[in-house]
Amino acid sequence: MDISLGMDWYLPVIWSLLLAVAIAMYVILDGFDLGIGILFPFARSELEKDQMMNSVAPFWDGNETWLVLGGGGLLVAFPLAYSIVMPALYLPVIFMLLALVFRGVAFEFRHVADDSRFLWNIAFAAGSTLAAFFQGVLLGGFVQGIKVENNAFAGGPLDWATPFAALCGVAVVAGYALIGSVWLVMKTDGAAARRARAHAKLLLPVVLAFMAVVSLWTPIAFPRIAERWFTTPNLFYLAPVPVVTLLLAWFVRRWLEEGHENLPFFGVIGLFILGYVGIGISIFPYLIPPSLTVWETAAPPASQVFMLIGTVFMLPVILGYIAFVYWLFRGKVREGEGYH
Amino acid sequence: MEFDPEILARIQFAFTISFHVIFPGFTIGLAAYIATLEVLWLATGHERYHRIARFFTKIFAVSFGMGVVSGIVLSYQFGTNWSPFARLAGNVIGPLIGYEVLTAFFLEATFLGIMLFGWNRVPRGLHVFACVMVAAGTSLSAFWILSANSWMQTPAGYQMIDGVAHPVDWLSIIFNPSFPFRFAHMVTACYLTTAFVVLAVGARYVYAGRYHEDARTMMRMAIGLIAILAPVQAFIGDAHGQNTLKYQPEKIAAIEAHWGETDGVTGGVPLVLFAWPNETTESNDYQIAIPHLGSLILTHSWDGTFKGLKEFAPQDRPPVAIPFFAFRIMVGLGVLMIAIGWLGAYLLWRRRVFETDWYVRPLQYVWPIGFVTILSGWFVTEVGRQPWVVYNVLRTADAVSPVAGWAMATTLALFVLVYAIVFSGGVYYINRLINKGPEGPAVEPPTGVPNRPLASAHEATRAAINAPGE
Repeated sequence: MDISLGMDWYLPVIWSLLLAVAIAMYVILDGFDLGIGILFPFARSELEKDQMMNSVAPFWDGNETWLVLGGGGLLVAFPLAYSIVMPALYLPVIFMLLALVFRGVAFEFRHVADDSRFLWNIAFAAGSTLAAFFQGVLLGGFVQGIKVENNAFAGGPLDWATPFAALCGVAVVAGYALIGSVWLVMKTDGAAARRARAHAKLLLPVVLAFMAVVSLWTPIAFPRIAERWFTTPNLFYLAPVPVVTLLLAWFVRRWLEEGHENLPFFGVIGLFILGYVGIGISIFPYLIPPSLTVWETAAPPASQVFMLIGTVFMLPVILGYIAFVYWLFRGKVREGEGYH
Repeated sequence: MEFDPEILARIQFAFTISFHVIFPGFTIGLAAYIATLEVLWLATGHERYHRIARFFTKIFAVSFGMGVVSGIVLSYQFGTNWSPFARLAGNVIGPLIGYEVLTAFFLEATFLGIMLFGWNRVPRGLHVFACVMVAAGTSLSAFWILSANSWMQTPAGYQMIDGVAHPVDWLSIIFNPSFPFRFAHMVTACYLTTAFVVLAVGARYVYAGRYHEDARTMMRMAIGLIAILAPVQAFIGDAHGQNTLKYQPEKIAAIEAHWGETDGVTGGVPLVLFAWPNETTESNDYQIAIPHLGSLILTHSWDGTFKGLKEFAPQDRPPVAIPFFAFRIMVGLGVLMIAIGWLGAYLLWRRRVFETDWYVRPLQYVWPIGFVTILSGWFVTEVGRQPWVVYNVLRTADAVSPVAGWAMATTLALFVLVYAIVFSGGVYYINRLINKGPEGPAVEPPTGVPNRPLASAHEATRAAINAPGE
């Protein structure tokens, strides 16, 4: 690959990092509110369900906006990648979107409904769980690679449906449930918080096990990933990733045991980021593994620069008012507190 | 069974985007209305503005939620259904959508949290500010997405390199020839749509004798807005039509079912009031037309001419029937809107609007008028752009994703099922919220209005009769 270190080289790198940040923001933020939906069936009373839902109600819309930024960002910065990924992962993308429709409307519908409330409880739980599952499937489908000919998707409609993708789907459900449970530990009190803490203790080893399985499966199944991790000197640079993950998991476990309320949430965010970085290391610089890199799929500099200017100005502003809203709705949501 | 991916992709996209446009069509205006009410509340201290704002905020929450989830779907469907389009136009369209997300979506989503859940948590001024931000966000969102749509109608500021559009001049891309007209036309349409919902809700309460003060305020504000904006919209629409005639003459020919000067008529083009456009014979069956009026409207001159459909190659002509009929529905409803607005304004001026049963009673049912008009308008402009997805650049037939027909058929069925459930749920719950009405003190009609005792007695009786059924 010809790398002349000009704008043509830097811009796609900057954009892939920005896109990675947007998707990470999405996974963390919508992760916990989807997680609450996954844990919904385990709540014992309607009041507890209210409390769980109220803890994310002011935020979920903003959280989901990162998904639009992820999709939109891919279209903006790497239109060729977007035009290949979407048809390749057509069915899981649509299934995920439909699941998100159900759980999204459930917030307001459940609040207004009386007799039919149980229906929207189901819609919220099933929608959240399926959305999480298909996001995992998308991740798996992306990591395992997409068949490309002449810069267009050339595979079949079910290429994505592999055991590996299904494993990733279940792993993401477990991961979101974990981050949802530690969010509840932080944001609720009483029975809801106690139950959430118990869930978090159960889920933590499960999530670690999934991370381990994915970490072993990918290098075994995909030689390109093995080469990235297990050749010198990469091995020495990359070894800290799993080590730090284990260490942090041990801390989260301890924080949960010791009754900390906020630390487990931030610890789990850390675990998510580490897992995410691990995937990034396995993939980069491919945007359509195993054939197209970020440079080959990039929009021309005119488009990337135009959008970068807006992003440089807007991203701090956006992060500012998101922080403001989280600060405004700080503190715990107590049982019996009203919706709007 | 064989499925044609092109037809399926088009049906699916038409379905999901038509479903989606209903919600922004409502919430853009509603956000502005709620912000106006809150500003009035802050400025005058009248509690009724606060009550109405809170009431419509609940309806806003339900509608906005549906708008958000159906909108997320669309941001992915550009790729799932139209990946060659995403590849060809992504460099140009992508950043416009990116700017929409950055400047509008985050703004509205974040401040929506404060708007819905902050009533008792933030100072009054901050809540008003949040509402204004949500309203600004919805309008900014309209700005960018209409710019992107307009670029597909009248592409500008780009050059084609190896079959892919590359941006050359961003200002010409954003402010492409049809954008200012489309933006003005759509935002005005959104305000009118909301005004008619508010009018219908107000009329429903006035007729039932409920929420005396609030109901009258709703009707007054709505009538005022409609009386001014509906005629303004006619002028904007006319200007938009002129613009289309200049840049997309095929679309105008289809709208007017104007085939060309082969029937012996020279000079002025008639205005076809009704006809059954026949694409095989390339003429209209059962035509009722007014001579010269078509010329007068489109060229603003008695004998002006414009191109007929037959002057375009058959493969470059849009389908005729949909733009033709949808346009007539849109204009017909627009005229009805002006009539309702002006009549209401006259009755308000005569101070007898709330007592005029024949005016108030039917108004309870006018809430869908704006939605139907907006959908008709979009059918005119989108079907009228065919056979192109990007006008004169990319044909819709060449823009279909490489996705198996059965996969598209499956998802289409799922979309119809899910949206049907969600939509009926939404309409049902919004209707329930309307039945519950605004809450708070002083919402019931005063027991005696000194200067019109009979009217309020009449209302009280009506309330007593209607109350059990509510």
